[in-house]
Amino acid sequence: MVPLSYYLVLSGILFACGVTGFLIKRNIITIFMSIELMLNGVNLSFVAFAAHWQVLAGQIFVFFVMVVAAAEAAVGLAIIIAVYRTRETLNVDQVNLLKL
Amino acid sequence: MLSVHLILFLAFGAVCVAGAVNLLVQRHPINSALSLIAVMAALAGEYLLLGAEFVAALQVIVYAGAIMVLFVFVIMLLNAGVEERTQGSRVAILIGVPGMLVGSVLVAWVVLRHSGTGSVPIGALPGPPKTIGQMLFHEFLLPFEITSILILVAIMGAVVLASKPPTSGDGSTQKVND
Repeated sequence: MVPLSYYLVLSGILFACGVTGFLIKRNIITIFMSIELMLNGVNLSFVAFAAHWQVLAGQIFVFFVMVVAAAEAAVGLAIIIAVYRTRETLNVDQVNLLKL
Repeated sequence: MLSVHLILFLAFGAVCVAGAVNLLVQRHPINSALSLIAVMAALAGEYLLLGAEFVAALQVIVYAGAIMVLFVFVIMLLNAGVEERTQGSRVAILIGVPGMLVGSVLVAWVVLRHSGTGSVPIGALPGPPKTIGQMLFHEFLLPFEITSILILVAIMGAVVLASKPPTSGDGSTQKVND
């Protein structure tokens, strides 16, 4: 028997790590991976709550989060490729103009 | 008293946290991607402990399989190197790392203090994947169908964005807009 709060704390730590990566990283791909880490943290709390209250809908929500994450990854990485093609850099500090 | 369940939870949780911290510490994106895969595999273990076999399988197949392969593929395609430290990144580290510590401690304190005594037994979730499939196609049919439209739009968007601009001549050169 593991207390529900342990799962929530683990999920909170993962989310905080994701936020920190989003803030301190300067490589656009790593920033994107930090967003995936945040989504994983949220998924864990969904499943933990679903197990706690014996509701299966939590797993369905995790399913939808994963689908949205997959779509987001596909489009986001395509945008990163397009950015790299025009700017020749992956550093977000150098991607600060809307128009070249 | 440490039960087997708690020991397994702590082991998988330690791998999760170590991978997440390693993602932040590493400066080469490929190392960050590999540690993120470790985080996802350990999270699949946590889902198995909760009894969510469907989500655990999905986590390994979709996240650690498909999405991370996409990431690694793009990292290698763009030949991403070690990220350089700039003035902005120093300021971000100075503010971000204490911010994360404060945030984590705050979340842990609030959750541990206000969450009562609810606990989760091993394999607590009822229902096999069959039940989830039935829910998906009855109660959640509309979101499921909308999701398929989302996937279709994402595919088209990715193809349009990642394809080369049409006005670049023969398109045989590697970099078109120099």
